Amino acid sequence: MNAIITLLAGLLFGLGLAFSEMTNPAVVIGFLDIFGTWNPSLIIVMASAITVGMIGYFIKGKQLRPFLATTWQVPTLRQIDSKLIIGSSLFGIGWGISGYCPGPGLTALVNNPNEGLYFVAALIVGSGFHYLTSKKAS
Amino acid sequence: MDTIFNPLVGGLLIGLTATIYLLITGKVIGISGILSQLLFSKGRLLPFLFIAGLIIGGSAYGVLTEQTVAFPETRSPLLLIISGLLVGYGTRLGGGCTSGHGVCGISRLSPRSIIATLIFMATAIITVAVLN
Repeated sequence: MNAIITLLAGLLFGLGLAFSEMTNPAVVIGFLDIFGTWNPSLIIVMASAITVGMIGYFIKGKQLRPFLATTWQVPTLRQIDSKLIIGSSLFGIGWGISGYCPGPGLTALVNNPNEGLYFVAALIVGSGFHYLTSKKAS
Repeated sequence: MDTIFNPLVGGLLIGLTATIYLLITGKVIGISGILSQLLFSKGRLLPFLFIAGLIIGGSAYGVLTEQTVAFPETRSPLLLIISGLLVGYGTRLGGGCTSGHGVCGISRLSPRSIIATLIFMATAIITVAVLN
């Protein structure tokens, strides 16, 4: 059951990305390029997604448990530390360079493999580097 | 109208998916995290299914949408690799990306996510400005 739900979630999420053209780096860069011909698509996507998301948290309220699981697994970290700041900065720079963040990068494996393969390979290496170095630290 | 409809509806679908998934499974959708689970954790089935679904759903663009903007001309491998390395490392160090922090985190008004999102938006905007 969890498997079906998860697969469906991926499909619908991917569909949402594709329908809103977030899978196209040119549309993403069009938003980030505030000094050029500005494309507001990305902020519209985020605004509508967040609006629904907020309603969702209101519905969740103080419910003790999810519908089909025993516990909530919502992140609980609170501190705003250097990792958050530096990590987000590096992510933003990388994102601005190509217009790919992880989701659209993965879909690019099919949509534009000449780009997707390089980006995703590096995405994996970059994530791996963090994994290895953070393990060592702890 | 056209320029608003697709992002609006796509965003609603993204938000709806994240919300229903949360209410059913108790989990948030953060793609950098899910990819990390697929690569490095022991429970690989669910992350694999999500990402497989994501790729299938996300490549349906040609079928379902009128593209308003053409895909960019293929960028150089070096540019894509540098981008991927920074995104891969940065999203993990920062604990999330546009879906995890941007959508799910802001939806619950997480200060961490709000700040993370402001930072990666700002740095991305600056990067594009510098490169253009």
